[in-house]
Amino acid sequence: MENKKIKAGITVFPGSNCDYDVYRVLNEIFGVRASFIWHKDEVKKLGGFDFIVIPGGFSYGDYLRSGALAARSPVMEYVKDYAERSGIVLGICNGFQILLEAGILDGVMLANISLKFECKDVYLKTLNFDSPFTCAIKKDCVLKLPIAHHDGNFFAADGTIDRLNKNGSIIFKYCDREGNITAGSNPNGSLYNIAGISNKTFNVAGLMPHPERSSEKILGSQDGGYVFKSIIKYIKEK
Amino acid sequence: MTKKAFIKVTLKEEVLDPQGKAVLSVLKSSGYDNVKDVRVGKYIELEIDRDNFPSIEKLKNEVEEISDKVLSNPLIEEYSIELK
Repeated sequence: MENKKIKAGITVFPGSNCDYDVYRVLNEIFGVRASFIWHKDEVKKLGGFDFIVIPGGFSYGDYLRSGALAARSPVMEYVKDYAERSGIVLGICNGFQILLEAGILDGVMLANISLKFECKDVYLKTLNFDSPFTCAIKKDCVLKLPIAHHDGNFFAADGTIDRLNKNGSIIFKYCDREGNITAGSNPNGSLYNIAGISNKTFNVAGLMPHPERSSEKILGSQDGGYVFKSIIKYIKEK
Repeated sequence: MTKKAFIKVTLKEEVLDPQGKAVLSVLKSSGYDNVKDVRVGKYIELEIDRDNFPSIEKLKNEVEEISDKVLSNPLIEEYSIELK
């Protein structure tokens, strides 16, 4: 795929470990021009990106709370500003936790109800097909993506959940193979099986499963690729 | 002169604490039947330059700000501060 006109930035913190996976998928599979943004990079050097990905990992060793220290590093000020100017931002796993801690997305992650690091494939149901992150996903298509996290138990106050629901900001839920949202298909105790949410204006999203680990046939699933295809489609049609 | 701030961060009462539950179950299986509940929190010490604050009140305000903005997540946690 050739998308050389599209430029993506991938933030890198000490402890990010999915940065190269995202880099490879964007550059090699989707032909996007993706480059890294070190967390201390000067804000003025970071203009001109069509979208930003905050990859997974264990930024700052998950010290204090997952994502808490990265959320307060200099580059996140830029990301906040970028998001406020309608820039597209995708946070994956630890990137999702960072967006929550930065207050760019609503809610918080608690430890998995099992208290275990959950590393396995899960099934996802898409609830909103109009966002920049889901617009290339076929309706009624259940996606298979891997998760790998200890703190993916999404929690928010009732009022926040209502607001997310009404706005259509709950974009992914954990489900079974057939697409039924069941307690048994919830891998971490997440409230209402929530796996991914967006902000009010849909230009920022966070999800716990890893689309970059499921964008190539050799890795067992290409379903994660739909998330990146959606972003590219959205940017091209904008 | 420096002042020390001791901050305890705990999960709010209504938030489930799976870590506390795990410790509770270990205590129970170790025979400590008198323990009815366990909550696990964090303890943080700050050493602060006292001389840069006109009053101890102002210093305390800054510790509160730090606790609100960084050390705790107000959505799920609360904190207490002790100055020495």
